[in-house]
Amino acid sequence: MKTNVCCSFDSARALDIARGETPAPRSDFPALAQRVHDHPLVYLDNAATSQRPQSVVRAECEYYGSCNANVHRALHFLAGEATERYEAARRRVAEFIGAPDPREVIFTSGTTAGVNLVAAGWGRKFLQPGDALLLTEMEHHSNLVPWQRVARERGAELRFIPVTPDGALDLGAARRLLADGRVKLVALTWISNVLGTENPVSEIAALAHAAGALVFLDGAQGVPHRRTRVGELDCDFLAFSGHKALAPTGTGILWGRAALLEAMDPFLSGGDMIERVTLTEATWAELPHKFEAGTPHIAGVIALGAAVAYLERIGFDAITEHEAALNRRLNERLAEIPGLRVFGGAAPRIALVSFDVEGLHPHDLAQFLDSRGVAIRAGHLCAQPLLRKLGVNAVNRISPYIYNTAEEIDRAVAAVIEARKWFRL
Amino acid sequence: MVSAMSLDDLYQEILLDHARHPRRRGEIGEGEALADLENPVCGDHVRVRLRIEEGRVKDLLFDGKGCAISTASSSLLAEYAEGRTVAELRESIARFTAALRGEGSLDEFVDSDLRALEGVKEFPMRIKCATLAWHALAQALDHAENKPAGTETNS
Repeated sequence: MKTNVCCSFDSARALDIARGETPAPRSDFPALAQRVHDHPLVYLDNAATSQRPQSVVRAECEYYGSCNANVHRALHFLAGEATERYEAARRRVAEFIGAPDPREVIFTSGTTAGVNLVAAGWGRKFLQPGDALLLTEMEHHSNLVPWQRVARERGAELRFIPVTPDGALDLGAARRLLADGRVKLVALTWISNVLGTENPVSEIAALAHAAGALVFLDGAQGVPHRRTRVGELDCDFLAFSGHKALAPTGTGILWGRAALLEAMDPFLSGGDMIERVTLTEATWAELPHKFEAGTPHIAGVIALGAAVAYLERIGFDAITEHEAALNRRLNERLAEIPGLRVFGGAAPRIALVSFDVEGLHPHDLAQFLDSRGVAIRAGHLCAQPLLRKLGVNAVNRISPYIYNTAEEIDRAVAAVIEARKWFRL
Repeated sequence: MVSAMSLDDLYQEILLDHARHPRRRGEIGEGEALADLENPVCGDHVRVRLRIEEGRVKDLLFDGKGCAISTASSSLLAEYAEGRTVAELRESIARFTAALRGEGSLDEFVDSDLRALEGVKEFPMRIKCATLAWHALAQALDHAENKPAGTETNS
């Protein structure tokens, strides 16, 4: 059965953001229509999680309402239907990210699970004392802590590509850090969840590969906003979450080159990931099942397939263009506010802005904005090392997505201005 | 739909005043601090210094970075705690944190502006902000009395 996607946008025509046009029709997202504290909701916390279109919610419900059964096991009709839809989602995701082989697409619970899978399955098996891992100073805790643990366990060294005052990665330093040939893997984020910086992934991958290192890419903030081609990115692993890209929470993808995945040890073990089991030992199933122990989030994966279909229908050209227009507007308007400082600099950035306001703690600002119906994020954004480098404990973050309007940007900025008055700055 | 909220309930005038002009606040070196706590949710940070003289808290000082609620709470607590006995303060800490969890009221703090923090109860996400300094004080009292660390839970 095919999933219906209700999206009427004609992607051939340029969007007029001044007229409130958005690549994704707002009517597809019922959550956006509500009022919060007597104000229309302005949802600008998309880097934390996106809203879901009705087609995604419907796809999840349809599974439970029709073909609900476990996958890859029973011979009955429903099991066959469920398995077919689950595997169709895998093929769709493979196309979505340009993966040559759907067997390389592993369903996980999210980016964090993907990092842990590779840190354990690859790191524990292949890292030797004296080896090094090269990370960056801008990583989310999820692409840092699992590497810290495996490095400690294996006696490997952690190195970090510094962040420049422009909010970019220091590629000269990266070259030097790779020079001795001890780095076995470079783990970095595609787009910073704090600075919005879009890193030159393929350039870094070329440096890494020339030095004999693999490349693990955290795509949590990249995949929702940029057309993803694993071949062009030139990474060896890519992890991302469904929930930041319209799909249900608890869904995610780990993509890896087949030869690497085959050489790795499983992460979780148990049912569905085995080939043959005796009382004392077991052999592993073929890819991708080797990495999908236990009953997966079947409904979520099917709905993830619907989310991918929705994004493809809108098209990343329209998404990129719209977000760039919102980003220009957001930065221009924020620049008018006295005492407001935007983190990051000249490096290329997506529509994601972290800032603080002198004399106004981010928690207090976010609380005020909430009272005006404006949802933003305040805190350390799970990137304490980067915030420490920026010299702050917490920041505010505004992160629009495909359904946000220019008017919403203006309303958020107006609320920041009002907050300064309210707190008598 | 979520109902209207009143920011005035949360940020009462007296709290904003304490947030802007926190009492008993100064720089505390790392070696001098008797407690050093962070709110893991937001990265807010508080340090406490004090000494105990004849069972009473003296020269109480707070340091750190925090939001208006956490700064005001530490300022009000500092005013309240100075000169009180350790036993009395332990009881106050228990009563205050319980009240913010919804078990009791701050009315018992009749002689203090601490009652202005009553509104925080309606904002569950901010309770940690209001209690951070209190957990830090509890830890500082433990350390000052040479009790083993970690006997107070940070909840």
